[in-house]
Amino acid sequence: MKTLEQLAQERILILDGAMGTMIQRLGLTEEDFHPKGMEEHPILLKGNNELLSLSRPEAIRLIHEQYLEAGADIVETNTFSATSIAQGEHQCEPLVREMNVRSAQLAKEACAKYTALDPSRPRFVAGAIGPMNKTASLSPDVNDPGYRAVTFDELVKAYAEQVDALLDGGVDLLLVETIFDTLNAKAAFYAIEEVFEKRGTRVPLMCSVTITDASGRTLSGQTIDAFLISMAHVQLFSMGLNCALGAAQMRPYLEVIAEQATCRTSVYPNAGLPDQMGEYRESPEVTAKLVGEFMANGWVNVVGVGCYTTLGATPAWN
Amino acid sequence: MSIPNYSGLEPLRIFHGANFVNIGERTNVTGSAAFRKLIKNGNYDEAVNVARQQVENGAQVLDVNMDEGLIDGVQAMTKFLNLIAAEPDIARVPVMVDSSKFSVIEAGLKCLQGKGIANSISLKEGEAEFLRQAKIIRRLGAATVVMCFDEQGQADNFERRIQIAQRVYDLLIKKAGFPPHDIIIDPNILTVATGMSEHDRYAIDYIEAVRWIKQNLPGALVSGGVSNVSFSFRGNEPVREAIHTAFLYHAIQAGMDMGIVNAGQIGVYDDIPKDLLEHVEDVLLARRPDATERMVTFAEQFKGAPSAEVIAQQAAWREGTVEERLKHALVHGVTEFIEADTEEARMKYHEPVLVIEGPLMAGMTVVGDLFGAGKMFLPQVVKSARVMKRAVAYLEPFLEEKKTAQQVLGTQREGAKKVLLATVKGDVHDIGKNIVGVILACNGWQVIDLGVMVQSATILQAAREMKVDIIGLSGLITPSLDEMVHVAKEMEREGFETPLLIGGATTSRVHTAVRIAPHYSKPVVHVIDASRSVPVVSNLFSDNERERFESELRDEYAKVRTQYEGHQREKEYVPLAEARQKKFAIDWTTEPPVAPKSTGVFTYRNYPLEKLVPYIDWTPFFMAWELAGKYPAILTDSVVGAEATRLHHDALRMLDRIVKEQWLQANGVAAIWPANTVGDDDIELYADVSRSKLLGRFQTMRQQSKKAPGVPYIALADFIAPKGTPDFVGGFAVTTGHGVDERVKRFEEKHDDYSAILLKALADRLAEAFAEKLHQEVRMELWGYADHEHLTNEQLIKEEYDGIRPAPGYPACPDHTEKPELFRLLEAEKHTGISLTESLAMYPTAAVSGLYFAHPRSKYFGVGRVAKDQILDLARRKGQEAVWMERWLSSNLGYEP
Repeated sequence: MKTLEQLAQERILILDGAMGTMIQRLGLTEEDFHPKGMEEHPILLKGNNELLSLSRPEAIRLIHEQYLEAGADIVETNTFSATSIAQGEHQCEPLVREMNVRSAQLAKEACAKYTALDPSRPRFVAGAIGPMNKTASLSPDVNDPGYRAVTFDELVKAYAEQVDALLDGGVDLLLVETIFDTLNAKAAFYAIEEVFEKRGTRVPLMCSVTITDASGRTLSGQTIDAFLISMAHVQLFSMGLNCALGAAQMRPYLEVIAEQATCRTSVYPNAGLPDQMGEYRESPEVTAKLVGEFMANGWVNVVGVGCYTTLGATPAWN
Repeated sequence: MSIPNYSGLEPLRIFHGANFVNIGERTNVTGSAAFRKLIKNGNYDEAVNVARQQVENGAQVLDVNMDEGLIDGVQAMTKFLNLIAAEPDIARVPVMVDSSKFSVIEAGLKCLQGKGIANSISLKEGEAEFLRQAKIIRRLGAATVVMCFDEQGQADNFERRIQIAQRVYDLLIKKAGFPPHDIIIDPNILTVATGMSEHDRYAIDYIEAVRWIKQNLPGALVSGGVSNVSFSFRGNEPVREAIHTAFLYHAIQAGMDMGIVNAGQIGVYDDIPKDLLEHVEDVLLARRPDATERMVTFAEQFKGAPSAEVIAQQAAWREGTVEERLKHALVHGVTEFIEADTEEARMKYHEPVLVIEGPLMAGMTVVGDLFGAGKMFLPQVVKSARVMKRAVAYLEPFLEEKKTAQQVLGTQREGAKKVLLATVKGDVHDIGKNIVGVILACNGWQVIDLGVMVQSATILQAAREMKVDIIGLSGLITPSLDEMVHVAKEMEREGFETPLLIGGATTSRVHTAVRIAPHYSKPVVHVIDASRSVPVVSNLFSDNERERFESELRDEYAKVRTQYEGHQREKEYVPLAEARQKKFAIDWTTEPPVAPKSTGVFTYRNYPLEKLVPYIDWTPFFMAWELAGKYPAILTDSVVGAEATRLHHDALRMLDRIVKEQWLQANGVAAIWPANTVGDDDIELYADVSRSKLLGRFQTMRQQSKKAPGVPYIALADFIAPKGTPDFVGGFAVTTGHGVDERVKRFEEKHDDYSAILLKALADRLAEAFAEKLHQEVRMELWGYADHEHLTNEQLIKEEYDGIRPAPGYPACPDHTEKPELFRLLEAEKHTGISLTESLAMYPTAAVSGLYFAHPRSKYFGVGRVAKDQILDLARRKGQEAVWMERWLSSNLGYEP
């Protein structure tokens, strides 16, 4: 069976689309978010999507299968916010390890099913690692610019717990995504290296940054060039862009990444920037056309679907 | 990505052939005393500004170092880096986290979202620790500087340098996963010209090591801390700059990529004088065995006055014993560490008094000696005194008996001689007296300062009670001279034996010898300036010198008196009537008076200070500090230039605060009255142009000492037309002195005489500037005869304009008793808040008053001495006794009263 590396050398890889939008479509209620034994949780849990891997595992597996059916080579685990820091908001820290292990297993099971159907086309699981709700480079208090809500070491500890659990669950690669603060991302990769060293194994790493607006900088203020330099110490399978911008706005930054990064390039755009009504107006067809152009230019090796760009768009790239 | 690169918010790429990367070094507590102070005091706002300035001034990388015994490095590094991370204009450049403690480096790198540089690690503690640290740095995404240092110690020759460089390069690449361009090797820039022959090749070996690394370790970069190389020449900035410049020139040619450099210490290679360059390169490139000796000799000529700031910035002096550090702080006027050092000395000596009498007084003795030898100047000595006072104030709470700092320095120290200083009754000027106090205190004297306007009885009583060894009298205005005579007579009457010192702007050797000394049988010495006070008092109290000094003084003053009397006898005066006949004649028909645009009284309250600043005449400011020379040439004077520049800098800084923070209030009043001369020498003032109502009268004095035929005998009244021709006279009074006393008090509470004296001197300058500015407004607007005048400040100072503004008490109008009439007419006290003392000195002291004469022929002159007939005439005109008039004009009498 072909490895991810071999496959990537042959063709452009397809990453699955947004988990959040697919979950929204399920029309779940508060009860659906309460795993067994947590019926009496002190606060509401609806929207804490990672819990669904424990409370509605079949629904999550089904979403993975839908993407695999549509042709995805890589599916992401339902673990974007499965860290002790992000889960602190929901008072769900004790569940972090279980969420990650179980989410990895669900994706793994779905992939195994599709790989078995066509062994010439193996499918892979990427452990999704989100940016956290607290950031190490920015002060939440405008009157105290030196204050930080979280330290680097606290971030490393939380990320290490997640990474270790994802690897226990069997993920094939790790994806640090939606990076808006480079220091948080550095902490995530620092944690990953620590865990790799401890376990004595490695898996390929993907990195995806978010350019928040037309200024071309991350939320923490770095230009895309500076960001690439900050990440140069990480041995990556791919570096890319996701979220916030639509395909059209991503274009110049993707070009910089394609030109400067020494690894493969990934992209998963939104359906454009939200309009005045907060709606995403770029149609799946437009997104698909733009991404198709990126591919034709040789700028991307991995393409996927970002938030609010749902399943309909995916088949068009096949 | 094979080129070396770093990032802050923005990238920094080092392309092949790119310029040398300049690493800003001011955010380094070991390299910058100013930054260290900010961090120690927790003044992070200002510390962030230092970083901002560095970036604004072109630093491409910011070196941050918090290595100081009393600073928690991890905490300070984290806090500072988090703060600058919030400033996009600073955070755009990469940071070099600089520490000898790895924990600090690690904490610093954890604050950087960009790719920074660790500075530094080495093999000092062995390979395992080196690799552990390297791995963490790599994992944190930074490049690293590696010092050429191993288990055996620092590499100090070429072979050791390249051997260690090769070893660390291999280890980092093979065992720590470093790409070559993230390895920055520092092959140790060590000090040359130390006099030890084994140091001769330090510079050339570094340069050769750089060349070897660039050829043999592909991709690796080379860095270094440049200022070390010239450390043997500290204090000699021109030579250090030449060494740094030449060293960098050769090192960069060899391939040096970056360095921690004080940009202010780097010049242009081609601008180094050829002979200096030859000596410098002989040393750097080890071109001849006697290079160091020749360089040291050659360097002597470049030594200027010791540069206090430069020396203060160097950390080296901090490494001496506590006694050495106290001495250094005193000699260089550095207050920064004085409290910590004094505390250390207190712990060592146990008794606080022993600290004062031991190391502190020893330091002040050095100051006194350097001053005496002309190697230090007055402003520096006053700064030294500030350090001394701070130290004593620190010790104060630990003294067994409760004594104030002033008392410790002043009245109650065992053994030391005591001097009593006072500005005499009726006079308020005290800058000079305060300076003398500071200087004498620096020289081990206990100073009892009674302040200003001191009655003779008070002086005598205090002198008796405190058993003083010497009395010093000061005064600025001429009536004070008479008061000094009075004090001398009283001392004689009461049988005093203490010597009497006389000082102040209007005092003179002649006046002291002729008028004061004859009334007191003990030594009376005129002290021309503060710097002379020390040799005078030490002679007076030296067992060996005293007798010789006193007899020489007696002989000298006797000679002065003889000469004076001879001169007096030779000097001829023409009778007042003849002088009046030969007055300064103006033909009022061909040169008529200029009618003003308006008459009346014009008041200026709270005049904007910033408008006065451009009118300041700086030359007298430097004179007040006993620095001789004309501004601005004085700033580049070969002897006092450096000190004058520093003083000027301090003055400008304070001036800025005076203006911005409204320390002072400028009030002024000007007036123009219809006027005519009557009876030759008097000027009558009228209420309006009808000249029907008399307002007042100025009585002017006329020159009387015999002149060559045809030369007129001038009085101010000559510049005003006689009755029948409508004419006008003006008057003014200005002050910038309101607010001075409060500020000075605050400075003195902080034992900061330097700032107190600086402020007084500046207030005086501002008052003069106000007078100049107001006179210009009068010429151009109120009187309006010069509405097209365009003069530079230099031209104003040279008085290149029509019209004069003579002041009572000065040569054209020596009669102080004209002042009350002027003040009455101006209602000066009401409009400006200036009052007159019993000696008719103005208070506040920063004040100027005078008359305006507009006629183009009017000019400044000196009345000089006058004969008895004029004194009698003047007394009659003023309705006063002749003796009264003689007392006020004692300095202008051409006869013995």
